[in-house]
Amino acid sequence: MPLLARTFIKTAMVCLALALIFGILLASGLTNGLFPVYIHLLVFGWLTQLIFGVVFWMFPKFSVEKPRGSETLGWWTYALLNIGLLLRAIAEPMQSTQANPISGWMLVLSAIIQFLAGSLFVVNSWGRVKEK
Amino acid sequence: MPRLSVWFVRASMIYLLLGFLIGALLLAQKGIPFYAPVWYLFPLHMEFLLVGWLIQLAMGIAFWIVPRFRSDQPRGNVNLVWGVLVLLNMGIVMVAIHPFISVGWFSLAGRFLEISSALLFVLALWKRVKPMDADNRA
Repeated sequence: MPLLARTFIKTAMVCLALALIFGILLASGLTNGLFPVYIHLLVFGWLTQLIFGVVFWMFPKFSVEKPRGSETLGWWTYALLNIGLLLRAIAEPMQSTQANPISGWMLVLSAIIQFLAGSLFVVNSWGRVKEK
Repeated sequence: MPRLSVWFVRASMIYLLLGFLIGALLLAQKGIPFYAPVWYLFPLHMEFLLVGWLIQLAMGIAFWIVPRFRSDQPRGNVNLVWGVLVLLNMGIVMVAIHPFISVGWFSLAGRFLEISSALLFVLALWKRVKPMDADNRA
């Protein structure tokens, strides 16, 4: 399994653990802005990130020279996904507790870079989705 | 990867992009409000990412990966699974456009199509979920 796939999958596992910790916090009554973070850690940080890693690892080869497409784009996807998720996890509870321009613009930035992460994944993987 | 899986996976990637785009608009709206009606897109965000992306991707990969039969139809009834693809995507589109048109039964019909597609998918793949050499023992 290539390093990038391992990194995606291990980070996904960390997100799963974090999400479950957030679940405990939610169950104990801390709710300010935590629910969307909990859901996105599970669905984006865990499920989608796990899929990104497995797709990079197992999908049909792009070409003989570049079997997994662009590894650089893959790393950019990884970085943007996790920076976006981290920004959101910090800013969303702040914004819902006391809205302010700093957390507000952090959320806007998070929105842009998470969308970029998804776009880069599709750009890098599209050519590997092909008939054998 | 069989042609049908290519369609499933590429469709799921398109829904991923659409779902992420809507999600980005919603998150930006939370940060710096710019257009409150963007919240009408929230059901589409969930529909595109849960059904269009995750469920559709899982179906496409399962059709590709689970054990095949040793027969002239190694992946079972392929036409049935093409039907799954069509029904699922018709269902997603109907559920997605329902908030924007005044046809009340669209959402219900869309959900019915989605459930029908899921049941057909189970029917088509059930027997392929088997030990790798099960055909030989039979």
